Amino acid sequence: MKAFSYERAQSPAQAAAAAFKPGAKFIAGGTNLLDLMKLEIEAPTHLIDVNGLNLDRIESTPEGGLRIGALVRNTDLAADARVRRDYALLTRALVAGASGQLRNKATTAGNLLQRTRCPYFYDTNQACNKRQPGSGCAAIGGISRQLAVVGASEACIATHPSDMAVALRALDATVETVRADGTSREIPIAAFYRAPGATPHLETVLERGELITAVTLPRPIGGIHLYHKVRDRASYAFALVSVGAIIQPDGTGRVALGGVAHQPWRVEAAEADLPQGAKAVAAKLMEGARPTEQNAFKLPLVERTLASVIAQSKGAAS
Amino acid sequence: MPHHDPAELSRREFLLTGSTAMVLTAVPSALKGQEKVDPSSIASHVDFEVNGQAHSLTLDPRTTLLDALREHLHLTGTKKGCDHGQCGACTVMVNGRRINSCLTLAVMHQADRITTIEGLGSPEHLHPLQAAFVHCDGYQCGYCTSGQICSSIAMLAEIRAGIPSHVTQDLTAPVPLSEAEIRERMSGNICRCGAYSNIVEAITQVAGKTA
Repeated sequence: MKAFSYERAQSPAQAAAAAFKPGAKFIAGGTNLLDLMKLEIEAPTHLIDVNGLNLDRIESTPEGGLRIGALVRNTDLAADARVRRDYALLTRALVAGASGQLRNKATTAGNLLQRTRCPYFYDTNQACNKRQPGSGCAAIGGISRQLAVVGASEACIATHPSDMAVALRALDATVETVRADGTSREIPIAAFYRAPGATPHLETVLERGELITAVTLPRPIGGIHLYHKVRDRASYAFALVSVGAIIQPDGTGRVALGGVAHQPWRVEAAEADLPQGAKAVAAKLMEGARPTEQNAFKLPLVERTLASVIAQSKGAAS
Repeated sequence: MPHHDPAELSRREFLLTGSTAMVLTAVPSALKGQEKVDPSSIASHVDFEVNGQAHSLTLDPRTTLLDALREHLHLTGTKKGCDHGQCGACTVMVNGRRINSCLTLAVMHQADRITTIEGLGSPEHLHPLQAAFVHCDGYQCGYCTSGQICSSIAMLAEIRAGIPSHVTQDLTAPVPLSEAEIRERMSGNICRCGAYSNIVEAITQVAGKTA
């Protein structure tokens, strides 16, 4: 690990201003950042510890939704009675990810900002445009079984690893931030992640120094909440494909996918076909997909996993 | 050997890493365009409690909680396995919650209460879970055991607190105490000897008495 200086932040605005300096980074749970620092994939020269900022509450909003503080731990978010009752998809997605120890430490904002687990991003001897812009992508033509099938570019086929983000995308969450100049803004989760294009190292629309302070959920929409994660082992593994869905009694609903793209993948136009079954929806979700030989299985897997989720919703409703 | 820019390879870094090759591969990718930090100038202070005893440490901020426990406080019961949060051998409890001590910096634990395997029982008075692991033969080599025990104590508390897991069917009902729940919740603790069935048996034995 490279040497860095360390400070405990005093307020969100002070933290954001401090993080504007080149080489500075926030640390909250640290479960992803420290892993990457040990491998020197991340090498901040200054760490700003934001754990003392009192952003760890879940509050009801005047609109009837929830405001989740950026520092709410994944375990506490999954266990919150309001989340379990009204946003069960979020609980289901959270407990499908990582291990008990990691969920106790990982935060809401940190989960959104975690980096890809693409093996070529992690191997510093390999070319990776995300780790070292302009160096190329060794994953294209390499071992790509886990990697993206849709939304990728010639420069990068990494996936976003978060389960939580898939649920937040289906729930139409909003990310609240404070910027280095002290102003705050709200970013819909649909506009939060950037397509890789030629600049896969730029993963979100956050500006330098910008600090996530909360994630808000609109009022509950009811329905049956399901999260089906397909992976290589039954627990503690990243998704090959995951399907998060909210299905209403009349068969309409929302769907978002994990494990297939650089961001949680949702195509609102596909959802109108939900009452007709998985085939048409999956086709629209995967429109423009360019899988590799090794991960082409993800296309039928998306359709079958979605079919399973729809069937499960009918079983749960009856 | 080619000539190196002294700005890229300081003597201090050479000594710290102990390998020229490591420095040469690491520096260009990670530190391009960023100023270096002198490790001797960045010591940070932290006060926390370990197994009921107060400690006051001045540390290089890079020191993980795991390294602080083992190298500075000489509490070597907590083990370093993968050092990347994948194996669970380093599991300790912080304010009663289990975490991977390898993936957190010691300086981030100001005023925290930390419990390690040394704080649970003694050879004369074993913690019930320690006794159950012995009774059920819940290990072979024993390297993962302190992490397994710390993790299972906190895991049982999570079930009692009603925290759901991936295998919990009904999110609005109390969490059942079942083998499926225990196995899912312990997936962050790897046992390379494969003593899982006996580990589950040991945990179940204690859980039946406390849950």
